[in-house]
Amino acid sequence: MPSDLYTEVSFEEKQRLFDQVAADPRYKNYLYGCYECGICVAACPSARFYDFSPRKITQTLAREDVDLFYEQLNDDVWNCSQCFSCNRCPRQNSPGGLITIMREVAVKNGLRTTKEALAGYTRIIYKITTTGTQVSPDMLQEDAFPDWGPQVKEVSDNLDLWRRALPPETLHTTGLSWQVEERTMNELYAIWKMTGTLDMIAELDEGLHDIMEEIMDDAIEESGLLPG
Amino acid sequence: MEAQELPVVGTKVQTSRVFERDPETVQDEDLREAIWELGREGEWIVQPVPEPYYLAPTKYGRQKKIPLQKTWHHKSCGQCGHIPGYSTSIFWLNRVLGFDYFDPRDQTSCTAWNYYASATSNQAAQAAVAMRNFSAAYESGYFPLIHCGTSFGHYKEVRHELVHDAKLRRQVRAVIEKLGRPFVMPEEIVHYSEWMYAVRDALAQRVQYDLSGIVATVHPACHYYKLQTGDAIYDPEIYGGQRTAAVTAVVQELGARVADYSTWYDCCGFGFRHILVQRDFTRSFATLRKIEVMKQEANPDVVLTHDTGCVTSLDKSQFAAQVHGRDVGVPVMSESQFAALALGAHPFRVCQLHWHSVDYRPLLRKMGIDVDQAWMEFQTDVEKIKQGEMDYLSWEHVL
Repeated sequence: MPSDLYTEVSFEEKQRLFDQVAADPRYKNYLYGCYECGICVAACPSARFYDFSPRKITQTLAREDVDLFYEQLNDDVWNCSQCFSCNRCPRQNSPGGLITIMREVAVKNGLRTTKEALAGYTRIIYKITTTGTQVSPDMLQEDAFPDWGPQVKEVSDNLDLWRRALPPETLHTTGLSWQVEERTMNELYAIWKMTGTLDMIAELDEGLHDIMEEIMDDAIEESGLLPG
Repeated sequence: MEAQELPVVGTKVQTSRVFERDPETVQDEDLREAIWELGREGEWIVQPVPEPYYLAPTKYGRQKKIPLQKTWHHKSCGQCGHIPGYSTSIFWLNRVLGFDYFDPRDQTSCTAWNYYASATSNQAAQAAVAMRNFSAAYESGYFPLIHCGTSFGHYKEVRHELVHDAKLRRQVRAVIEKLGRPFVMPEEIVHYSEWMYAVRDALAQRVQYDLSGIVATVHPACHYYKLQTGDAIYDPEIYGGQRTAAVTAVVQELGARVADYSTWYDCCGFGFRHILVQRDFTRSFATLRKIEVMKQEANPDVVLTHDTGCVTSLDKSQFAAQVHGRDVGVPVMSESQFAALALGAHPFRVCQLHWHSVDYRPLLRKMGIDVDQAWMEFQTDVEKIKQGEMDYLSWEHVL
């Protein structure tokens, strides 16, 4: 069915974003056409809980339906679990891979719906990008994970002692998953700078970007890692 | 609800068909020769798998080299952060076997959890993070062994992209050289559960308990075998070679029974973004499509898996489902923790089960472990740390 949403957005803008997706070097390896067999949908966890279909996304891209593409870019891609169960496609498509590319384009272009989908997640972006580890022991707080039961509070109450009661020396941490060397962290910052990752974050959340850039610029300068 | 006795449908395929695997006829490509060729052309240094190694069969019959020793442990954020007994058990097993390994500080996360959650990164950045870690491993003289299923799958994807895309390869190489590091690709990308598979006989010889009464269900981790599918262990003896043998082969070798269930291919519901900010999806999927189905079809004593996210989703999601009166309540852990327990590891000092949510005590008692005594011992350790009599629990305390 043709999309009747986002009519206020020009076709040219939708085409521009579609072209960015199609220009990704991985695109041609992820899309070979579609039998409409539905194997990907049968395997998809998100399809069981949301109005979401990896088949429809693959079909839309294969048909180059730019209007429907734009609707999916806004309303569908963040429902994907990125488990890649859909990779069992008999045509060797990777609907999950196509969605990864679509998400990257949505972030790079700072789409409003993307900002909304990631609104609660930005603290995690800060954590992984500035510390080199995605989650840390001190994130286990009962107000953050009330649905995980009383055991979370027990961990939180005993955190420092329980971390010290771990035999591997690298795990005696609470703010990071393991001890990461300073040089290692600085190298990670340099990677984010050199590959444009920080610029992507600026499109998503300017305030977050500014905080991170200051931390990283200071650290890189002090380390002398990227002279000139 | 009372425990049900269900017949265990195991891992033997109910068919007389023989599945022949021919590496020459599969579509999935073997990248290893291309990796060596790029090494010969000076595009990168290839780090060989250290000898002695184990040859393990993969999906299409190719033999994969699995290093036994001199392993550089690429740790997992979620394991080390929230289920630290996972990685501690892997290290403990290495020590029990007397193996030389390295637990580095010059390691970052693969950052793939964030990438699959938020896409706030790109191909070049993800590849540079991978190659920086590989470079650090190479410089230490140890070979990367990847703890996380997602890191393993993502690194296989990165390797595929770097082999096929010269422009990307040069871009990433320039980044790594700016860091003053060598540009290195390991000969194989190896997951710790493959190492577990390789040492399963040695582990079985050291088992301390009779596990024949223990029924386990196995959740194979999506990113282990659904990304770059040919490079995962498949053994003709396990599920007729039709599913990955990782985890299952080890658990059976230890003497426990592995029971089958119909939703084995389903993911755990982790979702990367969902587990952190949209857990209604995770909780529903993990319990309705996985744990309840396992309970109804196999009634296991334990769920075993080989990835960070899977242990987290399947374990933590059960509390809320229990409140809603769902048929859940099965402990979840990695096969490394289960193997460590079987070999006599301390359930709290080593396996750190107090970080898990679902009650694991019935399982431990069924295995023959005095869980109350063990908890008392651990509490004594914690008290000593609290009183300043001991700074940390060390390896000397647990071996």
